[in-house]
Amino acid sequence: MVAARMFDRFDEARIIGVAGLETMIGELGARGHAVVGPVRRDGAIVLEPIESVVDLPRGWVDEQTPGRYRLKRDGDSWFAPVVGPQSWKQFLHPPRQKLWTVRKSDAGATIEPEPLATEKYAFIGVRACEIAAIAVQDRVFMQGPYVDPNYAARRANAFIVAVNCSRAASTCFCPSMKTGPRATAGYDLALTELSGGDDARFLIEIGSAAGQSLVEALPTHPATKADIEAAAAIVAATEASISRTIDTGDLPELLKAEPDHPRWDDVAARCLNCANCTMACPTCFCTTVVDESALDGASASRSQRWDSCFTGDFSHVHGGAVRQTPKARYRQWMTHKLSTWHDQFAMSGCVGCGRCIVWCPVGIDITEEAAALRRAV
Amino acid sequence: MAATRKPRLGVFKFSSCDGCQLSLLDCEDQLLAVAGAIDIAYFPEATRADDVGHYDLALVEGSVTTPHEAEIIHSIRKRATTLVTIGACATAGGIQALRNGADVEAFARIVYAHPEFLNALSTSTPIGEHVKVDFELRGCPVNKNQLVEVIAAFVVGRKPDTPAHAACIECKLAGHVCVMVAHGTPCLGPVTHAGCGALCPGHDRGCYGCFGPKATPNTAALAARLAGLGASRRDVARLFSTFNANAPAFRREAQRHAD
Ligand code: SF4
Ligand code: SF4
Ligand code: SF4
Repeated sequence: MVAARMFDRFDEARIIGVAGLETMIGELGARGHAVVGPVRRDGAIVLEPIESVVDLPRGWVDEQTPGRYRLKRDGDSWFAPVVGPQSWKQFLHPPRQKLWTVRKSDAGATIEPEPLATEKYAFIGVRACEIAAIAVQDRVFMQGPYVDPNYAARRANAFIVAVNCSRAASTCFCPSMKTGPRATAGYDLALTELSGGDDARFLIEIGSAAGQSLVEALPTHPATKADIEAAAAIVAATEASISRTIDTGDLPELLKAEPDHPRWDDVAARCLNCANCTMACPTCFCTTVVDESALDGASASRSQRWDSCFTGDFSHVHGGAVRQTPKARYRQWMTHKLSTWHDQFAMSGCVGCGRCIVWCPVGIDITEEAAALRRAV
Repeated sequence: MAATRKPRLGVFKFSSCDGCQLSLLDCEDQLLAVAGAIDIAYFPEATRADDVGHYDLALVEGSVTTPHEAEIIHSIRKRATTLVTIGACATAGGIQALRNGADVEAFARIVYAHPEFLNALSTSTPIGEHVKVDFELRGCPVNKNQLVEVIAAFVVGRKPDTPAHAACIECKLAGHVCVMVAHGTPCLGPVTHAGCGALCPGHDRGCYGCFGPKATPNTAALAARLAGLGASRRDVARLFSTFNANAPAFRREAQRHAD
């Protein structure tokens, strides 16, 4: 649960070590949380339940470029790899959710709603851009006229341990989107890894009452001025290392003004309309509903499942799909992310995490497409 | 709904390996429910009854490769209210469609001592090229859960949930790590119809395209990417020339990469 941020300065920070992190994971479990963190699996860093610091990808780094992701051994950091193929939406807004079941009864039919979600997660290693992405989904699911009760329940129960980025991938562009690389709000606790290895030291900042309460149960000691400066320097160096940019000034207007720009044909020739970008994106929230019926006709159920604007079914109405061509679909996706999202939700739909660039099998790069659209025809 | 007679089901086999109809027997837990919902009137793999009368639902496996098959499919169509093709053979001609455009007589001379006893057409064609098909279920073989879904949907008269989008969507829903991006393994997922649950990427292999082309497949862009990953023209042609070699989108891409 993230209350209004209490301490927004490095100078109320403390220092925690590896043993302290281990206690943190155990204590979160003892407080009823399912602890989820970065884990190395199948050649990538994925988000899975963890039980110990041993599960963390210590000593690995990621290399990310458009359409390509590789892990390699380098250094002795605990939290070097940045964002991977999955995001926390996997947990807060899962790919499949049953909504209700209807059963035939003597009285006609009885509708049984699914019980409200009870998952109580603790997320370890949430990056600044991901906190921004969670804020986007909060806006979509909780701050409009129709609240998604399951999302709201999981969200209220979630405990967030942020990690400030000590390095970035080549595909990161959080500074352009003003979302990172430092987490400034929206967390319970935030870590900055000052040094790695067995004697690793982490600066720990407190962002909520729940975070304060947890820190009180952990072995920590006050940070020195030098620690605080070192943490600030690490994040500043990360920011300075990020070269990918997107010029967001007047971009919303530009996208609306250019539906016939030839670049849309160019990108459509390359785009597979495979939907990987939307599945990997931490802000994409669309779902479809699917009905199942039992063979004996006595019951049926309705579920929701992640959907994507890259499919024909997505815009299918009587008579066919509104967006017949891959060109129309790519244009819809990018225009929504960077332009009409502002009209709809008063914020950007993109937080600059770079997942859509890396996990696009053909490496289509939203920042490059935006730059190309700026060029005169 | 008033008590009505159960719909009559017929399962028919053309040129194929039997794998798709066996998927129905493989439904284990659901098989009794299927038998409870429909009258399995003709299913040579499972029953001894003869093929007589009218069927509310005909499931057709296999492709048309002989003059006899080309004839009998019309009789089945006439006697079926709803005709559903199951599997890559019935839907696209199957792997045996690799013979289309090749010298079938030459093959026959190599393989058979007495090729004169053969009575085969020079092509393997999908059922839809011969009669009107009401619904096509993809896969080599079909996914048994999708097969049950088609039957369950038929029984209540709703549209089955068998989306025509990319296997990549199932791959991401399952939480798999993309083998193409993370390992450089060639994968047909981005152009392949969903349905298998992204089985191969879940086992560290690229998708082989068993479910055939998805809706709006961009095979040319994928082929360019595969070449970038080191696939030769021959590799690309072969990737598109398997169980769905005769599906137009895959056939064209294979032809574009012919030596
Ligand atoms: S659009 Fe791309 S870079 Fe932006 S938030 Fe989504 S995945 Fe990340
Ligand atoms: S932009 Fe890339 S990931 Fe997105 S649909 Fe197109 S090819 Fe797939
Ligand atoms: S492994 Fe294949 S099916 Fe899965 S996302 Fe990657 S390209 Fe698509």
